[in-house]
Amino acid sequence: MPDLFTTIVSSPVARKVGVPQPTRLRRYEPGMPLCEGPVLVAGAGRFADGIAAWLGGEGVAAVSTLTDAGDTVGAVVLDLSSATDPAELDQLRLLGAPAVKALRRNGRVVVIGTDPATLTDVAAVTTQRALEGAVRSIGKELRAGATANLVLAQGDAHDGVRSAVEFFLSGRSAYVDGQVVRVDESTSGDVDALRPLDGKVAVVTGAARGIGAEIARVLARDGATVVAVDVPSAGDALATVANEVRGTALQLDVTADDAGSRIVEHATTRHGGLDVVVHNAGITRDKLFVNMDDDRWRSVLEVNLRSVLRMNDAILGEGGLADGGRIVCVASIAGIAGNRGQTNYGASKAGVIGLVTALSRQVAGRGITVNAVAPGFIETEMTARIPFATREIGRRMNSLQQGGHPKDVAETIAWFAQPGSAAVTGQVVRVCGQSLLGA
Amino acid sequence: MASQSTPRAPRRVAVLGGNRIPFARSNGPYAKASNQDMLTATVDGLVARFGLAGERLGEVVAGAVLKHSRDFNLTRETVLGTRLDPATPAYDIQQACGTGLEAAVLVANKIALGQVDAGIAGGVDSASDAPIAVSEGLRQTILAANRARSAGERAKALTGLRPGHLVPAIPENVEPRTGLSMGEHMALTAAQWGITREAQDELAAASHQHLAAAYDRGFFDDLVTPYLGVSRDTNLRADSTVEKLATLKPVFGKGEGATMTAGNSTPLTDGASAVLLASEEWATEHRLTPLAWFVDAETAAVDYVHGDEGLLMAPAYAVPRLLARNGLSLQDFDFYEIHEAFAATVLTTLKAWEDPDFCRERLGLDAPLGSIDRSRLNVNGSSLAAGHPFAATGGRIVASLAKQLKEAGGGRGLISICAAGGQGVVAILEA
Repeated sequence: MPDLFTTIVSSPVARKVGVPQPTRLRRYEPGMPLCEGPVLVAGAGRFADGIAAWLGGEGVAAVSTLTDAGDTVGAVVLDLSSATDPAELDQLRLLGAPAVKALRRNGRVVVIGTDPATLTDVAAVTTQRALEGAVRSIGKELRAGATANLVLAQGDAHDGVRSAVEFFLSGRSAYVDGQVVRVDESTSGDVDALRPLDGKVAVVTGAARGIGAEIARVLARDGATVVAVDVPSAGDALATVANEVRGTALQLDVTADDAGSRIVEHATTRHGGLDVVVHNAGITRDKLFVNMDDDRWRSVLEVNLRSVLRMNDAILGEGGLADGGRIVCVASIAGIAGNRGQTNYGASKAGVIGLVTALSRQVAGRGITVNAVAPGFIETEMTARIPFATREIGRRMNSLQQGGHPKDVAETIAWFAQPGSAAVTGQVVRVCGQSLLGA
Repeated sequence: MASQSTPRAPRRVAVLGGNRIPFARSNGPYAKASNQDMLTATVDGLVARFGLAGERLGEVVAGAVLKHSRDFNLTRETVLGTRLDPATPAYDIQQACGTGLEAAVLVANKIALGQVDAGIAGGVDSASDAPIAVSEGLRQTILAANRARSAGERAKALTGLRPGHLVPAIPENVEPRTGLSMGEHMALTAAQWGITREAQDELAAASHQHLAAAYDRGFFDDLVTPYLGVSRDTNLRADSTVEKLATLKPVFGKGEGATMTAGNSTPLTDGASAVLLASEEWATEHRLTPLAWFVDAETAAVDYVHGDEGLLMAPAYAVPRLLARNGLSLQDFDFYEIHEAFAATVLTTLKAWEDPDFCRERLGLDAPLGSIDRSRLNVNGSSLAAGHPFAATGGRIVASLAKQLKEAGGGRGLISICAAGGQGVVAILEA
């Protein structure tokens, strides 16, 4: 239910008097076309041809010039991955500017580059690093629900680039804007587009309500068998979610010493394996730093961070997560930008980012990926309780001028979980509509 | 002529797990919840725990002791409101406080015979949302008016109405044939057996302490699902002690010798429970590990009206019959679950089994059954602490005992539940 303020500012009268109206974002539903309208694929990089061919196979019209597209395009994919000299950045403007002008509602700008970390030549690094600034700026200029994101390839392999481009073009990334995703050379092969998680067993902690419940729904929709985990005191809401997704409910406090082994035991004995773990359980106990007491400090770090470290030991142990498995953590823009009154929460969520970086390298040999989403302002029961002014600022201070939905966070997590995302690891993707915070 | 089919050999019956909502003292948090509401939430919690959404089970059997006439098909209506496949059949039973355990016996028997592969046994009771009926006089008058064939006859029938008819009939915890409440009956038996106040308070305190400890160690994490904001039994007093209980005034019995208080008797309670039972094959197919096996059961009844036996003494008769059939002695158990209708009920039953005269004269045994190791009795608390929603107690005990046996790495457990009408249902679980 929208609050009174939202009802007023989104009313026809408000529209008439010029109150800016957020665009209704195109959100993924099974069977929906990847993109609305033709996709302009341009640029001299090493991925453009493959992307154009793949789009054709998906039934999406890929065009190489605006003229071929007619008047407007649904998306533009610019491949600058081979640019090694700043002069080549001109192509971004020459190819991109007219296309952005021709972009439809909920359009997409996806730029493909090469990860500067894999380069040594100074001019090449400079050129590739420049793309990030340009893409983030484009994101801030785009209107009508359009987004701009950057895919940085760490090699020549196509699978990872294709997976990231597909995600950014689709309605799954509705609230993901101004993001940079690095993809490595891992290969993944063909994936069932409608049910990419078919046959997978996924565990979601904190699944009783809010974002966690939505993660369970989206993973189940994509074919996964879901084990919904939450504290025993949330068991009634948890049962409802588990039954809705036809999964199982596991009442468990993630801070218990044996939480990880109990999760593994439940998933393997009851469902025959464990493929995806989403560490979503989290709490906030806000207080200014100088007034922060022991209990608030410790409980937040315990639930949001230390329990995840502990559970991962069991999950990654013998008989736990399968090779090729997925671990997805939930960070927060508070972990990137910091937040007043949230030293404990900010520490825990920044810690999660460190965990993702370090652990992803450690388990790469087993084909396991470790990633995080960092939600911005998401419309939940929790954000509905934020005082009016603060809430409106949080909701509007992003390029899409609106709050995200729990589903947006869940879609990004589901993308990380897909077998096709094998090349995506160690990444933190913000689901924040390109929030001004932590940009 | 077609050849006669040979009967199949009985199958082992697995207790796979259970679920209940926290039990709540009547007129508390569940005051406005109906039996169907509570049983639906309980079954749905079980469905979630075992991933049974959309699954067609062989049957669901449950009941309530205090039941509205509109709930004639309570269990089937409940199933239709859960996430189970609506093609799951269901029926109601009622055997007073033995309802829950008797439901488990019925489902287990069908599984053993191969008539069904899996089923849910349950029970529910609300002492808050109690059925209130119109008085007998008003009911007879209305029925007479309904039978009338003309307006005149109808008017005549209605002249039979009296102001006293407007007083509704409220269900009472009273034995219809004696007019005595269950507590009053128990007080007579307790006095007869010389059960002391101290022994009763000790048992009550232990029940609270055991239940609290079980909650604290997470024993109920996969046995209980919160309901209406309640996550622990509201009757539980973790800090209960013999000293505190000793301060309460007796409520049943008369004069100096009265020993039964609100502390060592169960309160009126609202709640529901359910247990998942299945054949070994079904469990394996569904990747579920049995907690325990439902081995055997026995129901007995005593003549408390014309004879001189106590109302709640039937389990004392049922257990020796069950033991004899299974070639066991009373001491062959690792855990004993004796339903604490009153602390005195448990103590009287134990004393009767130790008594040579009772065992010889009433049970026809050469030697007494003997005493049990009290440290094995109601190890995770029982009805004095958890409360006792009549029909829900059996399911609570079956699931808890099965889990306890599994945790202990195997063993044998005895369940004993007394019921109104001088009945008692007892059963054996093994792991």
